[in-house]
Amino acid sequence: MSLRESLRVAMQALRANRLRSALTTLGVLIGVMAVVLLVAIGQGARSEITGAIEGLGSNLLFVLPGDGEFGAGPTRSSFEVDDIERIDRALPGGPGRAAGYVIGAESVQADGIRFNATVFGVTEHYLDVVDRTIARGQALGASDVLTGRRVAVIGATTAETLYPGQDPIGRRLSVGAIRYRVVGVLDRVGTTAFGPDVDRQVIIPISAAQRLFGSARVDAIFVRATSTVGIDADRAAAEAALAERLDESEFSVLSQDEIIGVVGDILQILTWVLAAIAGISLLVGGVGVSNIMLVSVSERTREIGLRKALGARTRDITRQFLFEAVVLTGLGGAVGLALGIALAEVVAAFAPVPAEITWWSIALALGVSVLVGLLFGVLPARRAGQLDPVTALRHE
Amino acid sequence: MTDRPPVLLEAQDVTRVYRLGREVEVPALRGVSFLVDRGEHVAIVGSSGSGKSTLLNLLGALDRPTSGHVRYHGRDVREMSDAELAALRNGSIGFVFQSFQLLPRLTALDNVVVPLVYRPGTARERRERAREALAQVGLADRVDHRPGELSGGQQRRVAIARALVTGPALVLADEPTGNLDSRTGQEVMDLLESLHAEQGTALVVITHERDIAARAARRILLRDGLIVDEVAA
Repeated sequence: MSLRESLRVAMQALRANRLRSALTTLGVLIGVMAVVLLVAIGQGARSEITGAIEGLGSNLLFVLPGDGEFGAGPTRSSFEVDDIERIDRALPGGPGRAAGYVIGAESVQADGIRFNATVFGVTEHYLDVVDRTIARGQALGASDVLTGRRVAVIGATTAETLYPGQDPIGRRLSVGAIRYRVVGVLDRVGTTAFGPDVDRQVIIPISAAQRLFGSARVDAIFVRATSTVGIDADRAAAEAALAERLDESEFSVLSQDEIIGVVGDILQILTWVLAAIAGISLLVGGVGVSNIMLVSVSERTREIGLRKALGARTRDITRQFLFEAVVLTGLGGAVGLALGIALAEVVAAFAPVPAEITWWSIALALGVSVLVGLLFGVLPARRAGQLDPVTALRHE
Repeated sequence: MTDRPPVLLEAQDVTRVYRLGREVEVPALRGVSFLVDRGEHVAIVGSSGSGKSTLLNLLGALDRPTSGHVRYHGRDVREMSDAELAALRNGSIGFVFQSFQLLPRLTALDNVVVPLVYRPGTARERRERAREALAQVGLADRVDHRPGELSGGQQRRVAIARALVTGPALVLADEPTGNLDSRTGQEVMDLLESLHAEQGTALVVITHERDIAARAARRILLRDGLIVDEVAA
């Protein structure tokens, strides 16, 4: 019996039971759809986050608390404002290139309008170091930071929300019980789905923020190297400067590539976990196929006996039922793939979470669904093939 | 040894014992021997329980004897592999089952095509041959009907077309007139016999009806698993 003929006979049988075939396919369809969609979201998140980090510029160094091993649990920062100064002075290419910040989410109020903002307490060079530009007004000055003056530079979204249609410069806003004067508005960066939305920022002097948060901590320090060549010298200098006061395990200096590597790895694992969870539903779909194929074999015992009497070999019967299973799951895989891609597009269009279809998730979904058909079809198909024609023909 | 080609079908001391449970053995055939040569018309007659059905399964290469030999063209069925048996059933034997055994979801044409899919050929050739076979049994205008849309006699004729479409050396017909009124039964027998005469196909009819058996050139009487009489007309 040729492969084409096996396929034709399988299709004939599936068409005879349209509703059942469709429902069986549905299990696999949903599984494949889930795999494609979740992997797309995972991959989208990964490229979004790594893109956001890349957007900071390739000659940025991240000085972070802890020994740089992600996944070891949250680390308490031991940084102090003096550490930022110490690093800045030690940089071989000249000072003015290190900045630190402390971050917190606060409810901000102005003229009776409430807004949930991301409050950044920063040191003098922060905006230069992270490469942000002022749209109106001015940045925080050295004396603002030194004296903890109650002045603020705000993000574009913050400005539009608190002062719709008005000029925010010189206006007041309160963070908690303390009032600040707006001195500058930042250029819009655009939305990112992950990390703090920088357009919702309220940037104040770090000393003011530490008073507000009731903590003397510094969350992280950035160093902007003069060039990608000078980055190693800057890193060595920053490490040496911190080692004067802190233990090696209390800080780590990472380049952008290293951060992307670590974060990318974590998100890749997340993607795989999502794929695995979706894979479970695919497995359940496969069990459904197996179940229905067993029912089908027992229902069609007489047909199997007849086909054997008319010249079908064990192999022909096994192949026919295997084909039925594979057609069911393959069809489910193809439709599930199409739906998964369509849904990913919808998600990408309407949700802040991006979705990215990757070729490997498509190959995986189709490959796995055919494999599921083979795997879960083998048992019923073998059972069918091994039926004894005499007994099978007598079966009611 | 002679130069004469081996006979089409040879049963030699064939027994078939069914085991029911551990200890109980039921002998259905207790040593049956006979020959069927090319183009012969033989009736195997017996009441129910005589071992007819068991013999049919053995002659049809659907089952292997407990002892003794069933040989086709001189080759022992017991020595054939599963694939060889399938090829023998497909190539040399045409079954007309007592209960038709048509697939209800397929049209008459597709039912007749079934044995052809297990041999080489294109879909178009198969359909063409099936159409011819249906025309031979007088059902040219019913090819697209499903079994449920056909009368008992018509269903029997579809089953005959399916048995003949492969051009077998032997047609095994199990109670071909069962469940049919006597006129339709006569028509079915006329059809089988004319095809047997035209195509030189050997015809083995298994029946309990004496007048159907009387139409055969040779009658083998089966009782309690033994041949009690063999009569040539």
